[in-house]
Amino acid sequence: MSADHPPLRLLTLYDDVMNVYADRGNTIAVHARARARGLGIHATAASLGDPLPSAADLVLIGGGQDREQWRIADELAGHGDQLRAWADEGVAMLAVCGGFQLFGRWYRDSAGAELPGAGVFDVTTVAPGPGWPRCIGDVIAHSAVDAVGELVGFENHGGRTYLGAGARPFAMVEYGRGNNGEDGTEGAIRDRAIGTYLHGSLLPKNPALLDYLLAGALSHRTESEVRLEPLPAGYAERAHAAAAAVARSRAPRFERPTRPAV
Amino acid sequence: MSRPSLRERSALLIGRAAGATTRRLGRGGGTALPGLIAARLAPDLLATFARTLADGVVTVTGTNGKTTTSHLLTAIARADGREVVANDSGSNMERGLLSTFVEADRRAGVRRLGVLEVDEAELPRVFPRLRPRLCVFLNLFRDQLDRYGEVDSVAEGWAAMLAAQHGDAWSPTLVLNADDPSVAQLGAYARGRVITFGIDDPTVALPGREHAADARFCICGARFEYSAVHMGHIGHWRCAGCGRARVAPDVSARGVMLGPGGTEVELVIAGEVSRLILPLAGLYSVYNALAAAAATHALGIASDVIATALARAAPAFGRQEQFVLDGRTVRVWLAKNPTGLNEVLRALVAAGPPLTVLALLNDGIQDGQDVSWIYDADVERIAPLAPTVICSGDRADDLALRVALSGIEPARVERDPERALDAALALTPAGGRLEIVPTYTAMLRVRELLARRAGVPSYWVGEHA
Ligand SMILES: [Zn+2]
Repeated sequence: MSADHPPLRLLTLYDDVMNVYADRGNTIAVHARARARGLGIHATAASLGDPLPSAADLVLIGGGQDREQWRIADELAGHGDQLRAWADEGVAMLAVCGGFQLFGRWYRDSAGAELPGAGVFDVTTVAPGPGWPRCIGDVIAHSAVDAVGELVGFENHGGRTYLGAGARPFAMVEYGRGNNGEDGTEGAIRDRAIGTYLHGSLLPKNPALLDYLLAGALSHRTESEVRLEPLPAGYAERAHAAAAAVARSRAPRFERPTRPAV
Repeated sequence: MSRPSLRERSALLIGRAAGATTRRLGRGGGTALPGLIAARLAPDLLATFARTLADGVVTVTGTNGKTTTSHLLTAIARADGREVVANDSGSNMERGLLSTFVEADRRAGVRRLGVLEVDEAELPRVFPRLRPRLCVFLNLFRDQLDRYGEVDSVAEGWAAMLAAQHGDAWSPTLVLNADDPSVAQLGAYARGRVITFGIDDPTVALPGREHAADARFCICGARFEYSAVHMGHIGHWRCAGCGRARVAPDVSARGVMLGPGGTEVELVIAGEVSRLILPLAGLYSVYNALAAAAATHALGIASDVIATALARAAPAFGRQEQFVLDGRTVRVWLAKNPTGLNEVLRALVAAGPPLTVLALLNDGIQDGQDVSWIYDADVERIAPLAPTVICSGDRADDLALRVALSGIEPARVERDPERALDAALALTPAGGRLEIVPTYTAMLRVRELLARRAGVPSYWVGEHA
């Protein structure tokens, strides 16, 4: 693939608000990998008070604290129709941590107050409140998408997310806690839209996922199913291997991990 | 003044013996063990000890600059003729504080001042027992979120600690960074005096806000606006919603000239101006000096004593410490979170090319197990200098990826610090500079290596020891 097609339309949502766990790394990795592949990027940042652009091929949103989630929840929920329509037409998306929670149906915080979600994923999240530990630590998970395979990352969330009848898990955890520490699921996937608790930063160290999202974005841009040529990612693969070794040495192993059906 | 009980004195002796044994065995400075043992044997020891300090206790907390600020504060107080008990090893949890007391020489009848850096999440737990006369709050940035959870919860802990009634009319003086809204807003909870410090110099402002800005929203919910950003979310702020705004500080810096190895600054203490060269690089060092100046001013120390002591200060452990190895100047710049690393990078840019950097990333409990914070720092900042970068530490591969994504091809990736140091020295031109940028546990390790080769003690020997 070369630059003989128009640039990919990258949309980052609230990246000046929802960026507490190094989610900028995902944006940095998208730009670097696109450059290495000779793909052009047209980047738009939409934050509080900004309208969404008319079209996008790849949407990124990161995590934030409760205070930041409160600030954006209503406005993001107001973009719900557009975001769901985009998901249906195959726009690639990555929503991490707090962004994933608000891409669900609703989020109930530790005080019991409910924040509306954009409803991209049929998931709901409850912050269990005092006495419940946060889910913090290294994660290894196995994606429902064959091409993505093993994922490494770091999770840090108080909220427990549960999948509704219309949701499919993005991955199953082998090490770590995942969506809720109970069912072994990690994140959610709907067409090319992915929600996940993994930061760490996710896309730099998981080049297969990065390529999957880029291929999805390119397919949306060109309205044809695009397969990317293999491209070495030496530093990324070594960082992936190092993070996986660390997770295996110190993270709790999840009981009976299974791979979800695609 | 109450004296330690018999039980407490025995706990002390046992703890002190344990510390000496640890050092004899060569297991580092033995900074936490004496306190751990003493606390087990006598749980009220912290409060008892704090009461024995006739000149009272000063606490220093915040994300960045605790060790350097405490170090400067101690230097000024000693220059004023005061006897100081300080935890200058940087061991800043309860057992580290206890160890400091256990190890300190207890001479009766001397007016002594405690200068204690305290971990930002630990402070609320030890505050009622230390009963500080003065509390310095430096800044609040994202740091070790795998340990602290969220930045906001630290700020909430401080506010609750100050708002709580502690049983009597004890009212500590608060020394607050006027330029950090998360810190400045603590003034609302003060029951005693408030002294503020800040920078009044338009030339040091950044062109815009950094990515790693943390306090974006006021407690009223509106977004902060800035007429000048100095680092992260620190600068001249105001809230458009409720009108809360930075107040003109009592102690300030003007005319700041950032140099490669020092900083020229005009120090203004309650209207009195002193011009001095601070022997520490970087704007963050100016904030640390201001905090120390504001605290010692609040203790009644004269401005000229403060300025003279600051100009003579030596760096603290692992913070811009300098060694000479194989004819090369080696500097150690501890960096453990995005804002800290950004400031180090800014100082390295000010020092100029040629730039050789040995960066070490560890992921121990004290470093933060989550190494993703390196993506929040602006590593790209040094790319135009075409630096030679050697990546090391337990997470050398993560670091190398970050460096490569910033457009710098790492010169070497070598997990082992000693081999990395050899490689870095070999890549540093003869007579040149090697800048070592480690996380906390990597700093301890690399400093040990440097000290051994340069022939200086490998653990920190406080002046009270
Ligand atoms: Zn306000």
